[in-house]
Amino acid sequence: MRFGIVVFPGSNCEEDALHAARDLFGQDADYLWHKDADLKGADVVVLPGGFAHGDYLRTGAMAPFSPVMGPVREFAARGGPVLGICNGFQILLEAGLLPGAMLRNRGLKYRCEHVHLRVERTDTPFTRAARQGQVLRIPIGHGEGNYFAPPDALAAIERNRQVVLRYTDAAGRLADAANPNGSVNAIASVCSASGNVVGMMPHPERACEPLLRGEDGRVIFESIIDWFRSAGRRALQPSVGAP
Amino acid sequence: MRARVFVTLKPSVFDPQGRTIAEALHALGYAGVEEVRQGKYFELDLATTEAAQARALAADVADRLLANPVIESYRIEVAD
Repeated sequence: MRFGIVVFPGSNCEEDALHAARDLFGQDADYLWHKDADLKGADVVVLPGGFAHGDYLRTGAMAPFSPVMGPVREFAARGGPVLGICNGFQILLEAGLLPGAMLRNRGLKYRCEHVHLRVERTDTPFTRAARQGQVLRIPIGHGEGNYFAPPDALAAIERNRQVVLRYTDAAGRLADAANPNGSVNAIASVCSASGNVVGMMPHPERACEPLLRGEDGRVIFESIIDWFRSAGRRALQPSVGAP
Repeated sequence: MRARVFVTLKPSVFDPQGRTIAEALHALGYAGVEEVRQGKYFELDLATTEAAQARALAADVADRLLANPVIESYRIEVAD
């Protein structure tokens, strides 16, 4: 399958994502520049980590206006799988493709460490190879990962089962000390109502080989590759205006 | 005209920066400062000379980019 990894000015995790997709999983993968007008045949779109457009106003605030986000929105609306990692998650929130917003970390510190995550959903394209309740150990690296949604929106997110991953301890138990940034309901990852757009603060591409002291991120890549094998392009709605 | 846009976190949203600043002030002896909320302030120099147009343009800019309506609200002042 073909990975399209979107590069904004200030992105800095695109090479890690490309390396994982191409070198570790043997998939076709290439960059998409933020000014590109199409997705160049991508079967999955990855918005990588970094500081898109510098994050000067708010994290991810400018990126929704980049030209490539038009085709990304259209792809997502057709059911195409879109994964936002860290800053990519922040961009999906600012773009309104996912509900909620990010605040500064509770302790104001940039947190760069391994965390434990409990898988809450295994019916998204990015978690279908995981087990329900499985605990993953994957690194984070962010200063603004304090996920927030107003009470009504949060209730809807929980009711619709849009939480994909939660911060837990190593045994999969919710604990305040295991929540690195103060995220409401310990939310580390959410998906769209239809499940095909997923944002996550942890970096699975940094946890795919023993050299990096952990391979729990592999399940995210294995999931999307498995999704493509079993559903793939057939799962997409036709383009608007297509013959 | 000049428009001033004040962007603040909604009252229900926790402001860790404001809390930290309040704690710093308490450490400096300002016990009378009970709470601090940090926000953002923008000055927009606008081509228009019509106050209503200036206000509408500033609101458009604030809605579209300067504020995130999930967590923030804004207030606009227009002056010559």
